Amino acid sequence: MSIDHNDARRVAKLARIQVDEEDLPALASEFNAILGFIEQLREVDVQDVEPMTSVTPMRLKRREDRIAGGGIAGKVLANAPDAREGYFVVPKVVE
Amino acid sequence: MGGLNSLSISEARDKLRAGEITSVELTQACLAAAEEAAALNAVVHPTPDLALEQARAADARLAEGEAPAMCGIPVGIKDLFCTEGVPSQAASGILADFKPTYESTVTSRLFEAGAVMTGKLNMDEFAMGSSTETSVYGNTVNPWKAGDTELTPGGSSGGSAAAVAADLCLAATGTDTGGSIRQPAAFAGITGVKPTYGRVSRWGIIAFASSLDQAGPMTKTVRDAAIMLEAMSGHDPKDSTSADIPVPDFETMLTGEIRGKTVGIPKEYRMDGMPEAIDELWASGRSMLEDAGATLVDISLPHTKYALPAYYVVAPAEASSNLARYDGVRYGLRATLASGDDVTAMYEKTRAEGFGDEVKRRVMIGTYVLSAGFYDAYYNHARKVRALIKKDFEDAFADDIDAILTPATPSAAFPLGQKFNDPVKMYLNDVFTVTVNLAGLPGISVPAGLDPDGLPLGLQLIGKPWEEGELLDFALAIEDRAGFVAKPEKWW
Repeated sequence: MSIDHNDARRVAKLARIQVDEEDLPALASEFNAILGFIEQLREVDVQDVEPMTSVTPMRLKRREDRIAGGGIAGKVLANAPDAREGYFVVPKVVE
Repeated sequence: MGGLNSLSISEARDKLRAGEITSVELTQACLAAAEEAAALNAVVHPTPDLALEQARAADARLAEGEAPAMCGIPVGIKDLFCTEGVPSQAASGILADFKPTYESTVTSRLFEAGAVMTGKLNMDEFAMGSSTETSVYGNTVNPWKAGDTELTPGGSSGGSAAAVAADLCLAATGTDTGGSIRQPAAFAGITGVKPTYGRVSRWGIIAFASSLDQAGPMTKTVRDAAIMLEAMSGHDPKDSTSADIPVPDFETMLTGEIRGKTVGIPKEYRMDGMPEAIDELWASGRSMLEDAGATLVDISLPHTKYALPAYYVVAPAEASSNLARYDGVRYGLRATLASGDDVTAMYEKTRAEGFGDEVKRRVMIGTYVLSAGFYDAYYNHARKVRALIKKDFEDAFADDIDAILTPATPSAAFPLGQKFNDPVKMYLNDVFTVTVNLAGLPGISVPAGLDPDGLPLGLQLIGKPWEEGELLDFALAIEDRAGFVAKPEKWW
């Protein structure tokens, strides 16, 4: 599989990273180098192998479904680039 | 003889408890050493006021008696750990000015044990790199030099490795996703442990690839690694993958006694074109373990070759998901917007401005392998290969192998800039370490010799899940016999 500059543009868009049009061909060639390296995986027979989902065989702990903590809006907003009146502020989303 | 800053944790602990030195004196020695070492660029956010405050509190606690081993010990903290009120940027521009309002579990545990934080340490951006060259703070320089050439300390925990090797602190925290503790430890002539996945809480550590990330100690000796690992370990309800099993007293367990144990030598780790010095180091490691009474057995880990390519699917996939949170809304950077820019433009500009090239590359590769039409071909396929890599180890351990010995890295520290523009070549640095992360196993890198240029080389030991105690004994057996005492000559 080979990636061209159109694929690179699509991936950048999906990743929400702005890439200038003139940088797309170089980006595509970097992707191809990395994906070429990854291609080796095709040699491995994975017939009847389950994809690995958890690193150590353990059951996730359950906890009671109730609110714990909270009431720290000031701390939550402390690092926001823009916050007003207890809210995060973003560019207008709804017309 | 060096100053107090050149002590190991165990030496300092004994002197502190005996009242021969105070934590304030010890901390001041480290702070002074760090101040002189600007040329290394290892400490990126010094915290002298906090350090002295913690040192005074430690001295008071020591005076009362019964203080834990880490009490009063100055340590450096990798910039990846969230530390309350102290910049925690993961060496990224996108977290500029970020000061967490909470403390990571690991640093909380260390502070509860009385440890002193001297500052935040340099690293590759978001731990993505093997040379500390992707840092927004600029690269760290290895205290070890080959002639006049400046070398990388490795990465991603390169600042931690350099700081410990140069005696700027007694030990440091690192994190290891594909080799990020063990490779820099080897490059700087120190000891580094990647614990079993789940041994150390990931809570409050800025995430890279959550199924692979694990924090661990970077220290001057194996004994110090045992002491610090114990202080960092333990179950944490805030990390759902943290294991609820008891943490042994690793230091008390430590004897270096490995008689009658069996060590596997995996034939797949013998690489074409491997430098002779690495081959010789590996051979001397085998002799050392034999001398200590272990039996060596040739083993096969047939899927080793596929570990790196599998890693470069799984890790970027998880990173693309983890790093989606950097959107310019809740913390860190927001790009300057033009009038009329919408919310999507805010995301795209912020992430373009805030992330460095390697991080962008990995986020986009991860996005690609997870995208519709490619998920099965890449991501699921890689997870199946990962299952086979894990099974290779399970089969070896089921065959009565107690530990596995390999070189830690395919070379000694390389010159800064040498591999920076060739991502795939850079990735090959992790060829011996990455299997351990994929399988969730504990691994340790221990300095064992010098190459012809006088640069340190490390051996890696891989253990069974949750058997860090046993693994440390193998490492101590090597340490005792290698007699590695070389230190970099101070040029900075």
